[in-house]
Amino acid sequence: MKATVWAGKAHVEVRDVPDPEILDPRDAIVQITSTAICGSDLHLLHGFVPTMKNGDIMGHEFMGRVVDVGRDVTNLNIGDRVVVPFPIACGSCWSCKQGLFSTCENTNPNSWMAEKLFGHSTAGIYGYSRLTGGFAGGQAEYARVPFADVNPLKVPDELTDEQVLFLSDILPTGYMGAEMCDIQPGEIVAVWGAGPVGLFAMMSARMLGAERVIAIDRYDYRLAMARERAGAETIDYEQQDVLETLREMTGGRGPDKVIDAVGLEAHSPRIDYAYDRVKQMARIETDRPLALREAIMAVRNGGIVSVIGVYGGFIDKFPMGAVMNRALTIRSGQCHVQRYMQPLLERIQAGDIDPTVVITHELPLAEAPRGYEMFRKKQDNCEKVVLKP
Amino acid sequence: MSNDQTTARGLGYLSLGLGLSQLLAPRWFSQTIGLKDRSDNETVVRLIGARELIAAAGLLTSKNPAPWVWLRVGGDLMDLALLGRASTSSVAEQDRLNGALAGTVAVTAVDVMSGLGVTASSGNGNGHAGNGHAGNGHQNGNGTSLGTRMQEAVFGGKPVHKTITIGRSPAELYVFWRELENLPTFMRHLQSVRETAGGRSHWIATAPLGARVEWDAEIVNDIPDTEISWRALPDSAVHHEGTVRFVPAPGDRGTEVHVDFTYQPPAGPLGVAIAKLLGEEPEQQVSEDLRRLKQVLETGSIVRSEATLGERRLRQRPAQPLENPQEAMQAPHAVLEGVR
Repeated sequence: MKATVWAGKAHVEVRDVPDPEILDPRDAIVQITSTAICGSDLHLLHGFVPTMKNGDIMGHEFMGRVVDVGRDVTNLNIGDRVVVPFPIACGSCWSCKQGLFSTCENTNPNSWMAEKLFGHSTAGIYGYSRLTGGFAGGQAEYARVPFADVNPLKVPDELTDEQVLFLSDILPTGYMGAEMCDIQPGEIVAVWGAGPVGLFAMMSARMLGAERVIAIDRYDYRLAMARERAGAETIDYEQQDVLETLREMTGGRGPDKVIDAVGLEAHSPRIDYAYDRVKQMARIETDRPLALREAIMAVRNGGIVSVIGVYGGFIDKFPMGAVMNRALTIRSGQCHVQRYMQPLLERIQAGDIDPTVVITHELPLAEAPRGYEMFRKKQDNCEKVVLKP
Repeated sequence: MSNDQTTARGLGYLSLGLGLSQLLAPRWFSQTIGLKDRSDNETVVRLIGARELIAAAGLLTSKNPAPWVWLRVGGDLMDLALLGRASTSSVAEQDRLNGALAGTVAVTAVDVMSGLGVTASSGNGNGHAGNGHAGNGHQNGNGTSLGTRMQEAVFGGKPVHKTITIGRSPAELYVFWRELENLPTFMRHLQSVRETAGGRSHWIATAPLGARVEWDAEIVNDIPDTEISWRALPDSAVHHEGTVRFVPAPGDRGTEVHVDFTYQPPAGPLGVAIAKLLGEEPEQQVSEDLRRLKQVLETGSIVRSEATLGERRLRQRPAQPLENPQEAMQAPHAVLEGVR
């Protein structure tokens, strides 16, 4: 089959690889009909997540038709149309029973690596380095889905791929970012990053009752999308002083809740960008927490900082004084997708949210490298690339 | 002062001399050992010089030279690797380089001998005695000298204590573990365990470099749903004993499994040293074995990913499907696979 593979830093290729087979009675094989490039794939592309290897199949957002099932998978039939959540959950450990699917205790065969970096292990993730298990990803024609009896969501044929594909990651991720904010009537939510996850966080914040939503980004087209698709007010951080502007927009209080939908490769026109960039290159710091620092400084006293942007390791100059003295709460996590898939599917069916609005490009799988390039360089107003195997 | 400690001081002066010349005259040093004049060589040589000075400071001032001698051994291995690499490049004068290689090999031998000597004389001399019973898994704490800990780390036989929580009852865990033939399903280095007569069992394990080790063991303590202890019979080729305890976890979380494990392979220190060079750290092994036990009991099987098929640990495959996955999955627990 054809698959998009990591071929070294800043380089992906579409190669011929063997077709996947059932390896465990709880596996299924899915023939992929749609898959997408995620912002976190760019962190892999840029080499910020260690333990990638030439030949690793990329991709953790995918859906398709079941073409084979192991003998213990009794809830799926060949021909079923499914969306696959990006974290692999076993469904039976303590974390899974608590709904903390992305910290499943059993699905990462390289738990020892994750323990070294994170203290405790996290779940396996498709196409996302050895640190999260070394599972082949979904930017391919087929994928093996472990624990297929507990993970995939069956979707009705009336909905298009484009409507349901993002249930695999970015829609639940954005939604969880807003949900962690515990939004109360009259509250203002500021979101750093108007990429696809940021947009879904803004739309979800509105859906969950936020009075106003403020988007912070530097690309005009992304800020325009935030205004048009999510009803957000916008700040261009290259043109405006973010902290000053937010204070101005919130009567000096600061936004009640803030969401970091940027993560470890943040940018800033200020001098601290150069500082973090240099430290990152020298491997003294792994992640550039520019958006996170700013979000913490911006939020009102007693506010919530919700972190859904991806961080991989260690950050520097963390404003703990602000967190402690101003009684802030930090909430975070890789999304527990399995928790949100069914309710969000119902929201889509009810017309509460239209995930298709983030899609700007659809390409055949063979053109994945071009898709990565456009997304990476924000060419042609690229917001979200869907690949068709 | 013992002979070994005198040797260690001698090595200290050697480090001092080497370190000073490398740091102050890196070019002269490079030419002497046959490397062509290149600026990147200069930096590497200076760094090596700094390392030598650290070793010298430790060897000449510390009461216990053991860790410093082992630092030198580590440095020797690094130097051998660097020299080996240089000898295959065109930037070297072969004759001089071969001389340097031979010299380094000789010094490495002296370092290792000295290391074994000072380690034994600075510790209490019996670090791998059979003392790894249940409940004293933390004996490597404050009361133990650095020498003993170094010795255990190098010679093996160090009791390993690991624990994990599994969502099953103590009774279920006890039944699974007491069926000793189940152990190889999650203990990567065990090929088989067969129960023989009279509470005894025959164990077959893989050792580094594809070797096979067999021994007979007996159960020495067996408290249903609570604790199992076993040990290799006294005349076995290996020294091995273990205890597992099953303690109910609070808050309906299942059972805490506590394992105390001592294993000394047949080739003694050499066997352990080889295992370590191959990345087979006993603590890590036990910890991963317990992870697999949890997977088996909570999900029904060992979880496999494309990159780790065939239990590859260090040098993993690319994360893409294999042509013959079943073959890889059935491959014997190949220890060497991980380092090839």
